[in-house]
Formats: sequence, structure tokens, C-alpha cells
Amino acid sequence: MIRLPLVLMFSALLFSAGVYGVLARRNAVMVLMAIELMLNAVNVNLVAFSSSLHQMSGQVFALFIIAVAAAEVGIGLAIVILLFRTRESINVDEVNLLKW
Amino acid sequence: MVNALASEGEVVYEATTNGVWFVEHAWVVVVLPLISSALILAFGKRTPGKGAVYGIAAVGAAFLFSVGLLWHFVEGGGPFEASIDWFTIGPLHLELGILVDGLTGIMLVVVTAVSLCVHVYSLGYMHGDERFTWFYVVLSLFTAAMLTVVVSNNLIQLLVGWEVMGVCSYLLIGHWWEVKENSDAAIKAFITTRIGDVPFMFGIFLLIAVSGFTTTNITEIAHEIGLGGVSPLYISMAAILLFGGTVGKSAQFPLHVWLPDAMAGPTPVSALIHAATMVAAGVYLIGRLFEIFLLADHWVLTTVSIVAAITALGAALLAIVQNDIKRVLAYSTLSQLAYMVAGLSLGEVGLTAGFFHLFTHAFFKALLFLGAGSVIHAVHSNNMSDMGGLRKSMPITFWTMMIGSLALAGIFPLAGFWSKDELLVVAEEEHVLWLFGVFLLTAVITAFYTMRMVLLTFFGEYKGHAQPHESPRTMTAPLVALAAATIGVGLLGAPQLNAVFGQWVFFEAVHEAVFVPWIALLSTAGALLGLFAGYTLYKERKAQDPLQAPMGPMWNVLQQRYYIDAFYMRAIVVPVRDTWSGAVNWFNQTVIDGAVNGAALAARAMGQVVAWFDRTVIDGIVNGAGDTADRAGNVLKYLQTGNVQWYAVGLFVGVIALSVIFIRFV
Amino acid sequence: MSAQEYAFTVLAVVGGLSAIAVVTARNVVHAALYLVVTLLSVGGVYLLLGAEFVAWVQILIYVGAIVILFLFGLMLTKAPIGRDTLDNQQRWLGALVGVGVFAGLVFLIQEAFPVQDAERFETFHATTDAVGESIFRNYVLPFEAVSFLLLAALIGAIVLARKDDAS
Repeated sequence: MIRLPLVLMFSALLFSAGVYGVLARRNAVMVLMAIELMLNAVNVNLVAFSSSLHQMSGQVFALFIIAVAAAEVGIGLAIVILLFRTRESINVDEVNLLKW
Repeated sequence: MVNALASEGEVVYEATTNGVWFVEHAWVVVVLPLISSALILAFGKRTPGKGAVYGIAAVGAAFLFSVGLLWHFVEGGGPFEASIDWFTIGPLHLELGILVDGLTGIMLVVVTAVSLCVHVYSLGYMHGDERFTWFYVVLSLFTAAMLTVVVSNNLIQLLVGWEVMGVCSYLLIGHWWEVKENSDAAIKAFITTRIGDVPFMFGIFLLIAVSGFTTTNITEIAHEIGLGGVSPLYISMAAILLFGGTVGKSAQFPLHVWLPDAMAGPTPVSALIHAATMVAAGVYLIGRLFEIFLLADHWVLTTVSIVAAITALGAALLAIVQNDIKRVLAYSTLSQLAYMVAGLSLGEVGLTAGFFHLFTHAFFKALLFLGAGSVIHAVHSNNMSDMGGLRKSMPITFWTMMIGSLALAGIFPLAGFWSKDELLVVAEEEHVLWLFGVFLLTAVITAFYTMRMVLLTFFGEYKGHAQPHESPRTMTAPLVALAAATIGVGLLGAPQLNAVFGQWVFFEAVHEAVFVPWIALLSTAGALLGLFAGYTLYKERKAQDPLQAPMGPMWNVLQQRYYIDAFYMRAIVVPVRDTWSGAVNWFNQTVIDGAVNGAALAARAMGQVVAWFDRTVIDGIVNGAGDTADRAGNVLKYLQTGNVQWYAVGLFVGVIALSVIFIRFV
Repeated sequence: MSAQEYAFTVLAVVGGLSAIAVVTARNVVHAALYLVVTLLSVGGVYLLLGAEFVAWVQILIYVGAIVILFLFGLMLTKAPIGRDTLDNQQRWLGALVGVGVFAGLVFLIQEAFPVQDAERFETFHATTDAVGESIFRNYVLPFEAVSFLLLAALIGAIVLARKDDAS
């Protein structure tokens, strides 16, 4: 017995916090955490709609997203560690070789 | 052909036959070589024999399957159509499906049989080749693409197979791309067929538009058009555009120039693609969409006849003067394809005759090409001036080639005799006497150049340097198999034996094949005349071709292929490549060379004007464009900081802006 | 307000505040712990919405595995502490964009599902066997694709992070 928009707004809050984190954090691990927040916001939406529309698909996709998020964190952290090993720093704004 | 309108999955054959199961699972034939192509690509290099075994096994299985499928039609079964939804764009349903009728059955057998022979033959011919595995990958993929075209029940699927074939042809012609000539030939073939594909695509779009953008299904579109209500001009436009595809793929005048050059590819490829299957796709296309051609205005089929007649006669004449054995066969292919197209242009009765010729031609032309390959393999040269006297050192190749040549010349009772005869009968029946004349004349010339080829290659004294030897068994076995087929398949269309072929492949109603004795006699006499003329002229080998002196300037015209290639090079390739200055330069030179002094002055003045225009206006625009881009780039580069988070800010600001626009203003 | 809604409000406030804390904390380890709180409350929200299985997966995978991975990552990279080293110069711009996104989303939600007219829907209780049936009946192919992706990610991560002995 929940009103749908309330859940959606919670999800919006998580997503916006994630956006801020991605834009403002220098530390690559923190950026990854912020991305996790955004993915969670999406999951909350999927589950909320699944519950309100009485459809299973939303939950199944939430599960898939969790699996994909796990893969993403694994690869992301591997890249971060590689970065740290070669540059002694994982600050995103110092990795700016790809420019003119 | 399209006997009844079949909706999805509906079975329209009348009685159950032994081949029904194969017909209902016709998609397997397409999938088999596709799988083998993937297998060879993935595991080929690690398999003993470098992966050829997958291809041979898959194509062999596909061949057996096709024979089973054809059996359905032998027993008098009807067409079958089934499809699944691929995807939907608005009202437009794209499907993935099969349409199997007698024509399809015949084509499946031809394609898989020839492909199987070529697969086996290549074991010997390509032995030790650097890219042996890759060769088999593309060969199998090509087979799958051709089969896709054959079984396709809708235009888009057909187009997909059509284009994949084009790519495979490109890859195979340029198989030995280290030599510039070969890669040039590949590019020429690709671009030339492309020119035909553009009208073809527009033709397809027109047909889809006829259905109100609801379906791409061939049967449904044909039904829609058959109901009337579509303007004939519209249908004629579609038909002539579709014919553009045939002109490109089946190498008809004026887009025939790529086929002789395509002989740069390995010989098995020439046999498979450039004689038996891919070039036949263009002919098949007309047969598949025959309803549209019949409903179009009369001038469409007349155009088709004229184009085919020009190609038949022109290419046959060119074959006379070639020195490269593969080029003789290439021009012969052009001319024979034109026979088929001309046959189709004669209407409903011509369909059976045209496809019968396609059927027989596929076997004996593949045989001739593979035999030529065997010869080339032995003497390490394509030129007939390096051959001669090979009948003793290569007996199997000689005898099989002999059978193929006589079939090509149209000698009783070999395959070519029956199908050519059938075409002549139809032309006479339909009272298209000028086409009858062209057929007959071409038949004489065909016999002539065939004789010339055989004499120069197998008789006289050996002129080459390499030690000629008989080819390995992997190469001779396909030759023998194809020779046997060449002797046998003609009888399928023999009127004395009921002409069973005509009961499998027909349009709307079976047309009784008739045997007209005087036509058969006439065509045999023509063939013998050609053979005899060839024998008298070439029985003794001379340093100079005996035709060169009497023909005079004609000889040069033929040597230069009517200057068509040169014309395309100058009129299209060079201007496009060298842009304006090249065109102006060419224009200047031709005019100056060709005209008197007064005209020359005018031309020079004009050239100067154009050059001035070129230098100031065009160069100005070009340089200006460059400079603008340069300056803009200098300013804009500062936006590219390399900092991903700065980019992300841009991304999200963009998202917000777009959502504001969509919510507020749209 | 129903009892479920009260519980939801508590969870949402806790989760939302700790989400903000995740992206503003000055100590990286604290940020990771705030993340745990957020993930747990999201899991609670799933339970309230009747998605039991997703809730337990959320807690097992996210809290149990992913956060641990993050902590390892932090440990291996000797993450520094302090606002200036953790945040970059464009954080005000970032905050602006974040607020903008939030405002936009809230506006959209309000347009589509106005809070004042929204009905309290009957939550859909998805049992674990129902989820399993749906996955293995309707979504087998995507499921296989995801498992393949995980395998590829596993191998990729090993290849990337391995010390290259050859050089």
C-alpha cells in the first residue's frame, strides 16, 4: 500500500546523488560507487513498476542489472588498480591524455 | 510458379509426397553451409586438412538434402511457403521465410552440386595456398548466401543474400590481392555490380511501396499487383529497376565489363561464382519476380530482349579473339547468360526454356572452368599460346573438357543441345524472329570459338615451359562427376522423354515442350558449321591468329573489347577519380585532337575559362572550406580537455536540456 | 498514510541521506560504509514492494560482495583523505547539474503520476519460485547472455589486474 510517485522520487534522489558523485569526485573508486548509486536508482524504479503493474519482468531485469553491475565493478576496479600501478594515482582528472 | 497465395505456414501442396519433409525444412540447406563457414573460421586452422572437411561435409549434406527436396516436385508436389516474423516497423512486417517451388528445387540442386564439386576440386587446386582456410570460409559463406537468395520468400531477405554474395565475390576475386591487377579486378567487379544494385534496391522499395509499406513478401506483392489497381507505369518502373540488378549481377551489357576481369580470381571461384551460381542469381531474380515483368508494359520485356541480344552476340564475338583460356570461357558465360535472359524475355513459355538452359549451362560451364583450371594448374599459365598438345599428358582433363565443349557447342545428345533447342523453339513459337536469328548466329559463333579453344589447348604441339601433368584425383573426380551430369541432365528436358523439367519449373501452367525437327536440324547444322570453320582455321597452329589479317580493323575493335572498358575508364572512372581538372584536361585533349585549328582555339579558350574557374572559384571554395575547418578546429579543440568528468557534465546538461525541450515544446 | 508508507518513508529518508553522504564524505572508508546503509535501505524498500528475492540478492551481492570489492580497491590504492583531494574543482558545477537532474526528474514524475491523485497500489508479492519460473521460462537467453558476460568480466578483470611478469 504505497503510492508509486513516492518510490519514484526516492529513486530520483538516489540517481541525482549518483550524478553529483560522478561529476564531482576525483577518486576513481568513489566515481564507481556513485555509478552503483545510479544503477540502484534504476533498480528501484524497475521493482516499483513491477510491483504496481503486477508484472514479473521488472524484477527479472533488476536481477540482470545487479549481475551486470557486479561485472562492471569487477572490471572497473581492475582498471583502477592497473591505473594505480602505472601512475601512482587514481585521480580521474589527472588521466587526461585523450585530448588535442 | 506462384500457384496459390500461401499465408504464413500454410501448406499448399496437394498430396503428400516422399520429399515433403525436405521441402518443409528447406531452411536447413541454407543453414548447413553457414554453420560450416563459421566452423572453418573458428577451428579451420586447427583441424587436419585445414578446415576444408567442414565445408565439403556441409555442402555435401546440403546437396543430398536438395535432391530429397527436388523429389517432392518430381512426384508432382506443389509449392510451399513458411515464415517467421523477423521484426516489425510500424505497419511493415519483415519476415524470415522460405518459398519453395520447382524453380527453387532446381536451383538448390544446381548450386549445391556445383558448390560441392568446387569444394572438392579446390582441395587440389588451392593446395598449399597461404590463405587456404580463409578461402574455404568465404566459399561456404558464398554458398549460404546464394542459397538464401534462392529460398527467400521476401525481398529484404533476398537483398541480404544478394549483397553477401557480392562481398564474397569481391573477396574471392581478390583472393591473391598481393598482385595489384587482382585487387583492381575485385574492386571493379564490386563497384560495377554495385551500380546495378542501386536501381535494384529502388525497385525493391517501389514494390514495397505498392503494398502500402505493409509487406515485403514476394507472393503477397505479386498478388497485390495481380489484383490490378496499380498503375502499369509504376509496375514497369519497378520491373526495369529490378532488371538493373540483373544487368549488374548477371553481367549483361552495359555492365558486363566486370566478369572477364573477375577471372583474376582462383579458377574454382570462376567456376562456382562466375559461371554457375552467382551470375545465375540475376536470371533467377527475373524468374522469381516474373509476375511483375509480365504485368509491366510491353517495352520492359522488349528492352530486356534487346539488352540480352546485344550481350549474346557481342560477347560471343569477343570470345573469338581471346588468348587467355579463362577469358574465352568468361565471354562465353556472358553470352550464355544472355541466352537465358533472352529466353525469359519471351514470356511464360520462355521461363521454362530459360531456366532449363541455366540448369544445363551450370553443369557444363562449371565443368569447362574446372577443366581450364586443371590445365592452368598443369602449365602454370592462363594463355593458350603457352598450351597445345595437352591431350596426351592430361587425358582425363581432355576427355571431360571435350564433353563440356561439345555441350557448349550444342551437339546432340549433350546438355547444351536440348536447352538451346528449346530456346530456339520458343523464339520461333512466339514469332520473335530476330531473336531466333540472334540465337542461331550466336550458336554458330559459340561452336567456332569452342573449337578454337579446344584445338589451341589440347592439339598441336606444346608451347609452354612447365612440365604438364595430369591433376591430382581431388581435381579430376569433380570433372568426371560434372561430365557425367553434362551428358545426363539434358535428357530431363528432352521432349521425347516427356520433358520432365518443364513439369517442375513453369509459370502458372505447364507448357508442353515440343520437338521441332527442322529447328533441331538447323541448330545442329549451325553448330557443325561453326565447329568445321573452327577446325579448318585452327587445325594448324600459326604464329599469328589466322583471323587477324582478314578481319583487319575489326580485330583491334574486338581486342579492345569494343573500347567499352576504355570508354568507362575515360568517361567515368578517370573523371570521378581525378575530379574536375582531370575532366577538363580530357575534354581539352579530345577536342583539340579531333578538331581543326579554329575549333582548337575555341577549345583552348574554353579550357582556360574552366581552368580559371577551377583555380579561383572552385579552389577558393575548396581552400575556404579547408581553412574554415582549420580555424574552427583551433578554437574548438580547447573544449576537448581530456577530462572525462567535464564531458560527463556536458552529457547531463544535454540530458536536462533535451528533456526540457521535449516536455515544454514538443 | 498506511503503515507500509511510514516504513517506506523512514527507509527512504535514511537511504537518501546516506546516499548524499556517500558522495560528500571526506573519508573514503566512511563513504563505503554509508553506501552499505543506502544499499540496505534499498533492500528494505524491495521487501516493502513485495520483491523478496530481489531484496535478498541485493543484500547478498551488493552488501556482501560489491562493497567488499570497493573496500579492497580502496585498500590497494591507498586512497587519501580530505575534501580537496577527494573532490575536484568543478564540484559546484556538479552540484548544480545534480540538483537540475533531480528537479527535472521530480517534475517529470509529478507530471506523469501526480502525488495528490496517486492511488496506493496493492503490492505484488513475487515468490522466489515465481521469479525462477519467469527467468527460466521467458528469459533464458538473456540469462545465459548475462552469465557469459560475468565470465568474460571475470577473465577480463584477471587479465587486467595481473602483474605482467614478462616485462
